[in-house]
Amino acid sequence: MQRFTALYQALDETTATSGKVAAMEAYFREAPAADAAWAVYFLTGRRLRRLVPTAELRAWTLEATGMPAWLLEETYASVGDLAETLALLLDQPFAPPEQDATPLHVWVEERIQPLRGMATEARRDAVLGWWAALPTPQRFVLNKLLTGAFRVGVSRRLVVRALARVSGLETATLAHRLMGQWQPTPAAFEALLDPEEQGEDRSRPYPFFLASPLEADPTALGDRSDWIAEWKWDGIRGQLLRRGGECFIWSRGEDMMAGRFPEIEAAAADLPDGLVLDGEILAWEDDTPLPFNVLQQRIGRLRPSAKIQREAPVIFLAYDLLEAGGADRRQEPLEARRELLRDVIGDGAGALRRAQALDAGDWVALASLRQTAREEGTEGIMLKRRGSPYRVGRTRGDWWKWKLAPRTVDAVMLYAQPGHGRRSSLFTDYTFGVWDGDTLVPVAKAYSGLDDAEIQRLDRWIRSHTIERFGPVRSVAPQQVFELAFEGLAPSRRHKSGVAMRFPRISRWREDLAPGEADTLDDVKAMLP
Amino acid sequence: MVADLIRPTERGLYCPPGDFYIDPWRPVERAVITHAHGDHARWGHRIYYASHASRPLLERRLSRDALILGCDFDKPFRLGDAWISFHPAGHILGSSQVRVEYRGCVWVASGDYKRDVDPTCEPFQVVPCDTFITEATFALPIYRWEPVARVAGEIHQWWRACARAGQTAVLFCYALGKAQRILAELLAYTRDTAYLHGAMVPLVDAYRDAGVAMLPTASVSAMPRNHDFAGALVLAPPSAAGSSWMRRFRPESTGFASGWMRIRGNRRRRGYDRGFVVSDHADWPALLQTVRDTGARRVLATHGRTDVLVRYLNEVEGVDAQPLVTDYGGEADD
Ligand SMILES: [Zn+2]
Repeated sequence: MQRFTALYQALDETTATSGKVAAMEAYFREAPAADAAWAVYFLTGRRLRRLVPTAELRAWTLEATGMPAWLLEETYASVGDLAETLALLLDQPFAPPEQDATPLHVWVEERIQPLRGMATEARRDAVLGWWAALPTPQRFVLNKLLTGAFRVGVSRRLVVRALARVSGLETATLAHRLMGQWQPTPAAFEALLDPEEQGEDRSRPYPFFLASPLEADPTALGDRSDWIAEWKWDGIRGQLLRRGGECFIWSRGEDMMAGRFPEIEAAAADLPDGLVLDGEILAWEDDTPLPFNVLQQRIGRLRPSAKIQREAPVIFLAYDLLEAGGADRRQEPLEARRELLRDVIGDGAGALRRAQALDAGDWVALASLRQTAREEGTEGIMLKRRGSPYRVGRTRGDWWKWKLAPRTVDAVMLYAQPGHGRRSSLFTDYTFGVWDGDTLVPVAKAYSGLDDAEIQRLDRWIRSHTIERFGPVRSVAPQQVFELAFEGLAPSRRHKSGVAMRFPRISRWREDLAPGEADTLDDVKAMLP
Repeated sequence: MVADLIRPTERGLYCPPGDFYIDPWRPVERAVITHAHGDHARWGHRIYYASHASRPLLERRLSRDALILGCDFDKPFRLGDAWISFHPAGHILGSSQVRVEYRGCVWVASGDYKRDVDPTCEPFQVVPCDTFITEATFALPIYRWEPVARVAGEIHQWWRACARAGQTAVLFCYALGKAQRILAELLAYTRDTAYLHGAMVPLVDAYRDAGVAMLPTASVSAMPRNHDFAGALVLAPPSAAGSSWMRRFRPESTGFASGWMRIRGNRRRRGYDRGFVVSDHADWPALLQTVRDTGARRVLATHGRTDVLVRYLNEVEGVDAQPLVTDYGGEADD
């Protein structure tokens, strides 16, 4: 725990990316593979399932310190981070202890994970014992792991850069190997850094290439004929893999969507083996996309009934091909990949279709087409450079999303409170935040833009995920992501975030996004006029 | 029951029998000043009463024609119908608590104070009283200070690490009190010269004149335009962060010395590389201990988390406590 805590502090203590990469590089070089495998797990945003209810952690802290509960809550409200609050409060009753040399993997595998099966009493004794034995910084990191809220403010891109320096491998190779499931085992860590191609995990998707928002006029991109334009679909970005006789569907949030979309899996069963498609999962009827909230009925649902499949039919709309004949095609030019895609699935039909390019021949025609995006059930236009390879992550230059106003942000729910009148028994007023480093700062309050069924479901979720209560307001576990639409944005000194949002409203519940994928304050500020 | 000896008015905390104000925020005839920080020692009063050690600091802050009367510690004198005396508060050079006695009733206004060892000022003196006016800047149980000598060791290590990396270590801290305390504590580790932002130079000089031993210092502005600061420690007030003045120190690592640095989020929001927990205010245990030590039956709390301290004193310590609204608390960076 000592070495991992030192890494955490080093990452926390430098604002420079070069310093962060150097700290991770040093850690990966020194740490045993069993520890490094877990470090990769946590640094890439994976988390342990909640092991101990935070109410228990609070109760034990009160017991250890003898302070009144209100004082703990006042302190937490001031600190804003429960793991840190408890670690600091526990600083007092214990003597400054020795450093802890127990390796990270022993902590996770032999101590923390077994908590789940323990009786409360045994769990209490274990955790209180650890708190007493650890110095404050390590107690803090332990609390982060216990609360499942481990975030250290490094992007996966930086983790990949550090691993590339350790292994001498290309960042693209490492980014690919880190996709999908990550088994935190020494063997997996060694395979990750192995110069030789391993027997690849056949369920592993490719890193997604993400478009950047187009801020300027598209004429700045040069000649219209250098670009392929498509609608920007309003669904779930996904990869469809067909390998070894099996079919895998991954969302951009790296959730394996197995069993959720049987009609897509059935359609994919006819595809040749060794094939990976990039596209959008959409609710779709005849030749038209259905609103996102129709798709939402399907997202959380494993093995949907025939009835729900009829009511909310989904398709995979493919727009790129990343692998064919078992070979990685990402370096081939976009047109070649699109051609291959057409060869493989034709125009598609049923639950597997192919996205068409828009033919508007010049920027002006394209701009007026974009104005009809909403009627087409889309969010705007995607611009993809001819001849471009399929890159990794948010690399600017080749893919642009030219969205329609109003602008939207993906934000995490922080607080909820009951509504008025008819809805006073339900939580319908929410506060949302975006990431500023590794903390969430509130950016908007919005009343529900959800339908009744969603409100009911969210209300139940809020009640079972309340962190604390301030009168009628509850803070909730920062886990649910919502897309907020707004009319305008202005700088503001009154708001902690430094921005004020005009008429924010929920446009949808993004259950497909993990909290770490919500927007950052910098993303929001970039939209300031 | 005797009426309150010190009460809030729109000009400041007023003592009717003595006809004077303590740290008033609007111009008054007679101002008793606890210490030279800007939110306590304001411009425009006719007569200032302050400790001897505060005088040079006040003279720098106030206009030339201000009449400043230096007072001894622990020597009561009469003001109006009240007796008052100054007692060390341990906050910065010259900082004082003000004891007021009238008809057998004793009130103490602490100003800002701390209980920790500080080589730059006289240590806090416990003054028994009936009513104690305390600050509450850091009145939350997470605020607990480590010995400053140890934190100075961390600062020194960071400075050395910056030197090895060819960086300038720029440490932001409050210009009056904090900077001098750090310069004094660093003597345990080095005799290297530290560089000062212009705003700090006269204050460091005043401390030297008062006989406080500190690292040798030089003014940043006295150095040639192209001077290489790599490996140097530079002290600057927080207002200098992000200014063009900072450019000359590239590449730099930034630190901030403040009690607020106890919380990671405070450091991260401000974008400092390092936070060092050093405060010239009482931490949570010291606030409670001091209330107990004074034996006060009644406590009035000013600036900071008065709500928390007042509730805790009432509910847990069984002391009659109330908030006292003042205009203090300008040391947001402390
Ligand atoms: Zn002060």
